[in-house]
Formats: sequence, structure tokens, C-alpha cells
Amino acid sequence: MAMATAHTSAKAPARWQDFVLLLKPRVMSLVVFTGLTGLVCAGHAIHPFLAAVAILCIAVGAGASASLNMWYDADIDAKMRRTRARPVPAGRVQGADALTLGVVLSMFSVMLMGMALNWLAAGLLAFTIFFYAVVYTVWLKRWTAQNIVIGGLAGALPPVIGWAAATGTVPLNAWLLCAIIFMWTPPHFWSLSLYTSEDYEKAGVPMMPVVAGAASTRRQILIYSLLFTPLCLAPAFTGLGGAIYLAVAALGGLVFLLLAVKLVRSHAGEGRGLRNDDGLYDVRAGAKDARNLFAFSILYLTLLFATLLGEHLLRLKPLELLR
Amino acid sequence: MSDPARETEVEARARRGRNVALALGLVLFVILVFVVTMVRLGANVAK
Repeated sequence: MAMATAHTSAKAPARWQDFVLLLKPRVMSLVVFTGLTGLVCAGHAIHPFLAAVAILCIAVGAGASASLNMWYDADIDAKMRRTRARPVPAGRVQGADALTLGVVLSMFSVMLMGMALNWLAAGLLAFTIFFYAVVYTVWLKRWTAQNIVIGGLAGALPPVIGWAAATGTVPLNAWLLCAIIFMWTPPHFWSLSLYTSEDYEKAGVPMMPVVAGAASTRRQILIYSLLFTPLCLAPAFTGLGGAIYLAVAALGGLVFLLLAVKLVRSHAGEGRGLRNDDGLYDVRAGAKDARNLFAFSILYLTLLFATLLGEHLLRLKPLELLR
Repeated sequence: MSDPARETEVEARARRGRNVALALGLVLFVILVFVVTMVRLGANVAK
């Protein structure tokens, strides 16, 4: 109903594709991947159709929270180059319609998860949507430079939801997958924000480079990288990852650390307003180091989860180095 | 002078697209609930 009336006061008529864009399909695909990894790693046989429904619920829940985020953050999105073409700030979809879509899809995904799988998974999904839409979007994002650190929990929970959907329990290994994504988030987002901080500054979002400066952000990226990379080895000790996983985690972790050290020694995020050639060269070189870590962080996390997924699908024996 | 309240061809096409997408979504939802019910019932009967 809300969709059908959107055209009356929006600048351009809303197409159905605009409502798909509200769900952030690219973020959804990442959430589907990590949720599926949790579901498969649980190692519990469930009906394939119910497994597909669980993944659908996780994806729709992520889409719902994205829609709520786009409704609330329309003012910020309108000021940033990266986000100003989104359906709400561009005027193609009314904020109220984005809110309606978010609320309806939240209820749909949580209720279906509860009825088709179990209420633990449904409760975790509801908590994740609430955490992203309310705790991160409404409270943290505009208030503290730790916004993406704490808010990262919402992005880290899908494998736990997948695990809970399959088994009805959330053991240590499920939380280990969550911890890996949680610790990955700060180096990933801060390396991105080192070369997009002007946008955040313009919008008044207290991202770390805007509040604490580029040098402090680079140091914190290194600290989180030093905590994150050993954590990635942990699944090989707890009966979750096998020999291939250990090799991928160790080699990739080494590259991750090298890129983080290179970034901390660069001038990434500095030199705005410099006019001489040397200054401009510094800016370009530093941005390249930040871009390298940002790009590799995506590749590394994808490889870690893909390896775990592959090992469990092929039924390769986990290492259990601690037992 | 054209009536500003009157729907243009572009607006009408966009509305039709939204309505079809909504209808398809509702049909898929009904099918989904039906199949989930069958699968859950089947599992419980087997027990």
C-alpha cells in the first residue's frame, strides 16, 4: 500500500528496483555467505528447504535493517558522495515507505525463522536487526568514534544465527566465527575511512579519522590487526577448521599484518589541503596503502569463510589442536 | 494546461511495476508458508 502511493510526493516515480536497493543487496550477499558458513559448520543435518528458508530469513532480516538505516540516515546520506544517489536522499522513495518496508520485512523474517526453524535463531535475528537499526544507526553512528567497533556486532552475528537455525544451540565455535568478523571490522572500515573521511566530516559523522586524526587511526588499525590475525588461527585449535584452513589463516594473516604495518608507516588520511607536489604525492601513496589493506581485508575474510565452508562440505577432518 | 494531479505514463508504468512486484512477493510468501508447513508436518509425522 505504501509502495503504491510513493509517487504522489516523491521527485520521481519509485520503481520496484528502488525498493530492492533499499535492502542493500551487496551487503545481503555477504551476510548470506557468512550465515551459510555458520549453518554448514554446525554439522547438523536439517531439511535442505528449511536450510534455504533460514538463509532467506537472515538475508531478508539484513535487508530490513538496511531499509531502516536508509530511512533514518537519509540526511547523512544526502551529504555524502558515496550515498547521495540512494533512493531516499535522491527523492525517488519517501522515508516513510523505507520505514514501512523495514518494519514489515523485520517482522516477516523473524516470525518465519521462528516458525520454520526455532525461536533461538529468531530471537538472535531480531536482536541483530534491533542492534543495527537502533543501537548502531540511531545511537552509535552519530555519537561516538567507536561506532563501527561496537556496531560491528550486527555484521558479525549472521554465522551465529545460521548455527542456531541448524542446531538450536550456539556453542563456542559459533561465537568464534562471530568474534573473527567482529575483530575484522575496525581495520576494514577504518582503512576505508582513511581515504573517504572528508565525506564523513562533511556529514558530521564522528568516524575515527575525523575525531582522533589519521595517525591515531592507523595505530589503532595495527592494534586491531595484531588481535585479529591470531584469532583467525583459533578455529584450527577448537575442532572447527582443518589443515587447509590453518594454512590460509596463517599465510593470509601474515599478509594482513604486513599491509597493516605498511599502512601505519604511511601518511594515509593526512595532507588534506596541501598544495605542493610532495604533499600530493604523500596523499596518493598513503591512500594506496589504505586501499590495499581495505581490499585485502575483504579477500582475507572471504577466503577464511570459504575455506571453512569447503572443508565442512567436503567433510575434511578438523584439526582440534587443543584436544 | 495539463492537470498536475493526473498520472503521467512514466508514473503509471512505475506503479504497475511496483504492484506486480508486490503481488509476486505475496504469492511467493503463501507458497513458502505452505511448503514450510508441509515439511514441518512431515518431519513430525515421521517421528
